[in-house]
Amino acid sequence: MASNVSTKNTNNSNKNGSSSNSVISKLKNTFGLQQLIILIVLFLIYGLFAALSPAFRSGSTLTSIFDASYYVGFLALGVTFVIITAGIDLSIGTSMMCAAITGGVVYNQLHAPLWVALLVILAMATAVGCLNGFLVAKLKLPSFIATLGTMMITRGLSSILSNVQTETFPLRGTSDGWYKSIFRTSGDFPTGAIVLIGVAILCAIILNKTRTGRYIFAIGSNREATRLSGVNVVRSEAMAYIIAGFCAGLAGIAYAATYTTIMPGSGAGFEMDGIAAVVVGGTSLAGGVGSILGTLIGTFIMTVLKVGLPYLNLQPHYQIFITGFVVILAVYADIYRNRKKNQ
Amino acid sequence: MADLILEMKDISKTFGPVQALKDVSFNLRKGEVHALMGENGAGKSTLMKVLTGEYSKTSGTVIYDGQEVEYKNPKESMDAGISIVHQELNMINHLSVSENVFIGRESMNGPMINDDQMIKETQKLFDRLHLDINPRVKVGSLSVGQMQMVEIAKAISMNAKVVVFDEPTAALTDNEIIELFKIINDLKQQDIGIVYISHRMDEIKRITDRVTVMRDGQYVGTIDTATSTKDEIINMMVGRTIFETPKSKSNVPEGAETVLEIKNLNSGKRVINLNFDLKKGEILGVAGLMGAGRTDMARIIFGADPMDSGEIYIRGKKVKINSPKDAVKNGIGYLSEDRKQFGVIVDMSIANNIVMTDLAKFIKAGLIHDKEIETESSKFVKSLSIKTPSVAQLVRNLSGGNQQKVVIAKWLEQNSDILIFDEPTRGIDVGAKSEIYELMTSLVNMGKSIIMISSELTEILRMSDRVMVMCEGRKTGELDIADATQEKILYYATLREEAVSNGE
Repeated sequence: MASNVSTKNTNNSNKNGSSSNSVISKLKNTFGLQQLIILIVLFLIYGLFAALSPAFRSGSTLTSIFDASYYVGFLALGVTFVIITAGIDLSIGTSMMCAAITGGVVYNQLHAPLWVALLVILAMATAVGCLNGFLVAKLKLPSFIATLGTMMITRGLSSILSNVQTETFPLRGTSDGWYKSIFRTSGDFPTGAIVLIGVAILCAIILNKTRTGRYIFAIGSNREATRLSGVNVVRSEAMAYIIAGFCAGLAGIAYAATYTTIMPGSGAGFEMDGIAAVVVGGTSLAGGVGSILGTLIGTFIMTVLKVGLPYLNLQPHYQIFITGFVVILAVYADIYRNRKKNQ
Repeated sequence: MADLILEMKDISKTFGPVQALKDVSFNLRKGEVHALMGENGAGKSTLMKVLTGEYSKTSGTVIYDGQEVEYKNPKESMDAGISIVHQELNMINHLSVSENVFIGRESMNGPMINDDQMIKETQKLFDRLHLDINPRVKVGSLSVGQMQMVEIAKAISMNAKVVVFDEPTAALTDNEIIELFKIINDLKQQDIGIVYISHRMDEIKRITDRVTVMRDGQYVGTIDTATSTKDEIINMMVGRTIFETPKSKSNVPEGAETVLEIKNLNSGKRVINLNFDLKKGEILGVAGLMGAGRTDMARIIFGADPMDSGEIYIRGKKVKINSPKDAVKNGIGYLSEDRKQFGVIVDMSIANNIVMTDLAKFIKAGLIHDKEIETESSKFVKSLSIKTPSVAQLVRNLSGGNQQKVVIAKWLEQNSDILIFDEPTRGIDVGAKSEIYELMTSLVNMGKSIIMISSELTEILRMSDRVMVMCEGRKTGELDIADATQEKILYYATLREEAVSNGE
């Protein structure tokens, strides 16, 4: 899996990297130096929690880490594309919850079959992605402003559509409970991890092996030079936002399946978990550089922190507090690396 | 004998394993213009950065104004009277001219900035330099040439005893260069020592007193300008001889096919009623001063900017070009004057840059075949002799000349046969320059056609088969290369509408 998910960035650093001893260079070839470092950081954090708290070592903790990783992971995978274009998508969190609650309305109030509701979630979030893509790529609005707007729109829309009612998805064991097994079987097997990794591999292929992906990198490095090469930059840039929207839809389904209840007007702040995972994973906010594998590892760093800190008797707000430092550290690492490169 | 203001002895500088400077010596007299020459990567900029304290030296001594000094940062050296006019403009576009000149040392009135005082000081400075620039306007509204002048004024305003000019004329037109040389002569009179870094041989002969040549981070030698020839200096720089002779007659055969025809092209005030054509196998030189509308013209034909009105015919067929994509489809390629901003994508590999426009060709079942891209781009790396260990190398790591070749390779890969080269050799060293010239010659021999925009008259005269001259958006003249001279081109280049009506 790793070699599929490894990125263009990785390949470059391999070829530039000097030969060192064989085990390290082999690992470097599989992951790239940066991914290797954050993978080690992930294991260090996990090991630290495991050492400090016996309860953390139980299997149920692992289950909750996986549970929490799905929606953050999908958000992060999608927004990776946007960040590589040197843009940002602030709407993914609220768009995901807006889509999920719309699915709930379709299922509960309109009595549609569940599979229809799930498709509605995907369609709704993808539509928001299309709108973002149109605003940013076509109308040239700054992505920060455009997606701040759609963030508020989707947040409001979720309350409007649900009439400010909480929507509940079917529980396990009911006739429509099958969808829960997409992410976790009744035997607690984390099937969602397979889905997440599958989507990640797909994302890596799109990013590294298709024209859209290559142009997304090019746009992030130098949009004007890309345009002057005769590339349809509007289409490729818009695609990044559409992919982010679609992934937010997947996140919505994952959230519904894992946590069952969707509150109106929620989701604000989720986008930051996703964006932080991307940044921790080594994708540069300056654009042009990034990897799906890094985002995946970044996602697990974020969720291990989220799930693990309560085991140290720290309240959830400590998790936010500490995550802040992790993000700053990651961004500094990015800036430091850029400075080295420019010297 | 004039006394020394600056003496650098046996300067060495290493970056990790790389030796950037090795025992380089350089000295500067008061009231002297001393050229520092060498190809890109010879170590000129590094040496100057050691002087200003941007880099710390590994060994050697610097004696300035009779004292051994070691500056820790550019601010210290600036305070001591060493100013540098950078090749890249360090201006803040949203601030006014006077605010830029006095940035970091604003005149204060208690806690408030005293703008009137700064404007007055700036005006005084400009008067002294005979600059006709309003200190109140925003820097962003100035031309590149004017910005350069402001940058120079700023350097001088710091009571400098040593001024370093790092390729000051790269962005200037010939008229602005004349202005610059007047300023430099004024500075000489005031006993200021001037270090002049440039690639342009004719300038060196015109204004410098001595030349020091560096090669590969080492000192080659110092000679008096007056008693040495161009060829001697070039030989010191590259260790081989390069000829710079103008073309005597057009190489385009009689009755060659017209590949491109432009009719009544208009775009605001930047391009006015422009008509011209381009023949198969021709190099059409486009001369003019900065702001003559040459780049605007090129960008419009390439579809990068919209036109107000006008028609474009390719091989007699009328075409619509609304975007670079349309232009590429019609076989037009554009090599920008600013390759880092508009030409290459520096953080991508050579291979990816070369196939950027033609990526569709390398896709099978929706997926990119990187192996084929590598094979294809390797061909171009070989045929254009791009100096790199591999096509996977990031373009960032290439020299200016090789980056330019990557852009050319991109259009060749796409089979573009109408190439617009906008200042193709700007900021490129002498050796790479002649390679680009050879490349252009072989391109037209292959039957491609080139529009070459250039501010260097020697380049225009050497490469063009026909010369079109523009001024303020209009075509003011067209010369066959057999009749073209520097004087004639300059005459047309300054043929302004007003000037014509005033009888000047």
